Amino acid sequence: MDLHYLDATPTEAERAAVDGLLGPPEPVNGVGPDPANGHVHAHKDGQAHGNGHVPVPGNGSGDGNGPVSGNGSGHGDDPGNGHGVRHGRDMLLPALHAVHDRVGWISQGALNHLCERLSVPPADAYGVASFYALFAVRPRPPKVVHVCTDLACKARGSAELCSRLEQSLGQAGTALDGMMWQHSPCLGACERAPAVLAFEAGEPARTQLLAPADAGAVAEVARCGPTDTEEESPVSESIPQSGSPELRLLRRIGRVDPDSLDDYRAHGGYAALRNALRMGPAEVIEQVTDAKLMGRGGAAFPTGRKWESTASQPVRPHYLVCNADESEPGTFKDRVLMEGDPFSVIESMTIAGFANGCAKGYLYIRGEYPRATRRLANAITQARERGFLGRSIMGHEGFDFDIEIRRGAGAYICGEETALFNSIEGYRGEPRSKPPLPVEEGLFGKPTVVNNVETLVNVPLILTEGGAAFAGIGTERSTGTRLFCLSGTVARPGLYEVALGTTLRELLELAGGVGDGRELRAVLLGGAAGGFVRPDELDLPLTMEDAQEASTTLGSGVVLVFDDTVNLPAMLLRIASFFRDESCGQCVPCRVGTVRQEEALHRMVDGKEATDGDDLGLLREVGQVMRDSSICGLGQTAWNAVESAIDRLGTLSKGGSA
Amino acid sequence: MTVVDLGLPRRMVDFTLDGETVSVPEGSTILDACTAVGKSIPTLCYGDTLRPANACRVCMVEVEGSRTLVPSCSRKVTGGMTVHTDSERTRHSRKMVLELLGSAADLSTTPHVAEWMAEYQAKPERFGPPEPPADDHDERPPGEHEEPDGTVAATVSQPAKVDNDLYVRDYGKCILCYKCVDACGEQWQNSFAITVAGRGFDARISTEFANPLPDSACVYCGNCIEVCPTGALSFKKEFDMRAEGTWDEERQQQTTTVCTFCGVGCNLTLHTQDNEIVRVTSPHDNSVTHGNLCIKGRFGWEHMQSHERRTEESAEPATEQE
Repeated sequence: MDLHYLDATPTEAERAAVDGLLGPPEPVNGVGPDPANGHVHAHKDGQAHGNGHVPVPGNGSGDGNGPVSGNGSGHGDDPGNGHGVRHGRDMLLPALHAVHDRVGWISQGALNHLCERLSVPPADAYGVASFYALFAVRPRPPKVVHVCTDLACKARGSAELCSRLEQSLGQAGTALDGMMWQHSPCLGACERAPAVLAFEAGEPARTQLLAPADAGAVAEVARCGPTDTEEESPVSESIPQSGSPELRLLRRIGRVDPDSLDDYRAHGGYAALRNALRMGPAEVIEQVTDAKLMGRGGAAFPTGRKWESTASQPVRPHYLVCNADESEPGTFKDRVLMEGDPFSVIESMTIAGFANGCAKGYLYIRGEYPRATRRLANAITQARERGFLGRSIMGHEGFDFDIEIRRGAGAYICGEETALFNSIEGYRGEPRSKPPLPVEEGLFGKPTVVNNVETLVNVPLILTEGGAAFAGIGTERSTGTRLFCLSGTVARPGLYEVALGTTLRELLELAGGVGDGRELRAVLLGGAAGGFVRPDELDLPLTMEDAQEASTTLGSGVVLVFDDTVNLPAMLLRIASFFRDESCGQCVPCRVGTVRQEEALHRMVDGKEATDGDDLGLLREVGQVMRDSSICGLGQTAWNAVESAIDRLGTLSKGGSA
Repeated sequence: MTVVDLGLPRRMVDFTLDGETVSVPEGSTILDACTAVGKSIPTLCYGDTLRPANACRVCMVEVEGSRTLVPSCSRKVTGGMTVHTDSERTRHSRKMVLELLGSAADLSTTPHVAEWMAEYQAKPERFGPPEPPADDHDERPPGEHEEPDGTVAATVSQPAKVDNDLYVRDYGKCILCYKCVDACGEQWQNSFAITVAGRGFDARISTEFANPLPDSACVYCGNCIEVCPTGALSFKKEFDMRAEGTWDEERQQQTTTVCTFCGVGCNLTLHTQDNEIVRVTSPHDNSVTHGNLCIKGRFGWEHMQSHERRTEESAEPATEQE
């Protein structure tokens, strides 16, 4: 097919950014593509044949996180390296990142160049680039400061921070002296709220998380650019129980050097993979089934069953996806795990890959997690060098597995598994219609197993202590321990690990409750897609089944605490605003419903008259259609928290508690 | 047993549709089955020549055992399935989807929608007065929006894009059904001139960097107009006539003929008003084109009714008569 490219040419820096990732362009019949004629004959799939050969480093090693070197062109049919048919298209997101990291925005010339390199239609690539909140497709200063205004930060004074910044740096979204600042959804540093992420494009790009952030330091970073990210506080400071012998998933964090494979092994690392290799895939799955491990990403699906159905799919290859796109407001557990114990994530993925017959795993991590990304990339490199990734892992003939990191670019929806597949494949992060389920047709149309980070890091425990012993912790149906992210107006915010079945009251006591002289108003359980719980409901045992019975959810482990200083209606407005921003826009109930929900809430909060006299009724009707008819979980849950605030807390009702 | 195009031999599956047992070939969608038994389900993003995008959610039905409603256009019938197409839940969903769409976009040229609105008692105006047109829709960044105050209902209302002589993009009428993108892309034309850009309520059909069509990969086949369900994409002629108030479908005739520009033999349906061609479509059931045409078949009719040409031709017979 003929693809039409614009006449726009890239700058030297843009060209270098793209070619640095994809490798130098090969001449086509001795002549490079001529951008002047606007037409380049190219094959859409970028395969190596014919005149239109567009070279693609099919092994994805360009971002430094690719699989083993020497595994050939990666174009597909070598079953040993686990790649399905590789298209140029799936390098689109990394290529957009490369340009954005170098230049700070994506120009027509840059887009044109990377489209020619990947044989992607420019309109399609524009559709992808303009989908992600971290990318700009219009000129933007190289320094951008993202100020979190989401729930936990809002409860901890982000509004004051923003007004201070307005005074010193001007309006949000306005360029000033090579920098600008803007509002951001949850940055996943809720335990240290309010949080700010500073970014500076360049070679290399720099990022820095400031949390808790004060206006002076933010203004300084905005002007001078981010400095060494290692100035961040140690991960163990986010774990108030640090050092406690009761910790299981968090036991190594703060004790192990996250940058050292040897230290990881000295702390018991890779014993579980050794056990797995000895047991064989079927026995690994049996142990996970015996452990009754349920998914920790929010949906609470039995992991053993998911693995069994993936492993038994006859179609090859199988893919593994580790979902590290933790973007639920109030959630930061996966970040702490990845920053504090990155090798355990890699080992867990390797075990899952072995059990499910996958020869390749993707670790999809949100773009807002620079420290976690760096530590995981380092862990992958070390594991590969030492034979824990690549061919014949740990000397086990025939077990080849490798992991590639994919960075998201600011889209909550990409945590939805099918949207995540589209994102990896280089398409807009829009969810797919199910069925087919991922275990049948997932990434690149192949059987795919998707697990959350926390779910996966339970697996080594199961393989060292046995599935039955694992199931002995927690309750009959909700086994093991669970990570809970405590934030908001709680005395000791942070990441807590408790056995499932612990009550919400016990958990809050562990975190010191609300501050002296303050009164607990409400707890948001499960995040923006979860529900509010009243102070008189604190005896709720934290299990999947008890939460379900109480018409709420543990979700991704969010426990956002609000005392009587917090403006609850303002929180509801923030939730509505969040869902409107994060809707992909594909289906009508969610695309328009989230807008109408936000508008009606504004009328109610401000005491304005409703057009047809009943905004609460309107909200319920809109909520029902979002829940019934949206394509994916985002739209289906966008009304949950607001509904629970209205029905359980009496928020917004006359004479209600707020 | 119902009448559905069988194609190759397939197994039949039985399921319950609104209380009656219906037998359809394996692989049929719920919508296929409904059409076969003469049950009318409203659809907007469904295209008979395209793969279901199932984005509009107008055709949702209730399947027992499913937590949510399911899109009938894409969900395949399985044996033993129990489907309700007219339950209270489906009626609520349809009413709300129509209200949400009607409050956000101009549906005045969308066929059937007025009848459906009446049938489901949809009142889009209850969300408040519509927001006035804005010309910044192509610029809106993902992940952020201007905070509303609830006094007006956000819309996609914007000025029509008139950047060429052949067709007009009036995105104030766009419901983002994805059909034009699919027809322009790998499903038919393979031009990939347009895409969906942006996100959420600000998602919109766009060329790369929202450049004008003449600067894009568009080849003016007009297949996007063919599939557009709302009139957001229209012939320039139609757009101008509507603006003048002279467009009148009651007075139009349709004549299907064979395109004479080349030897492929595509079928054209000429829509004429007052003996002038005002629009060209193509029959979707044609096995050669499936409703698709090229620029010549779709737009190459102006010369036939060129006033200059006709004046020259008509001048001579007139003198002969004298």
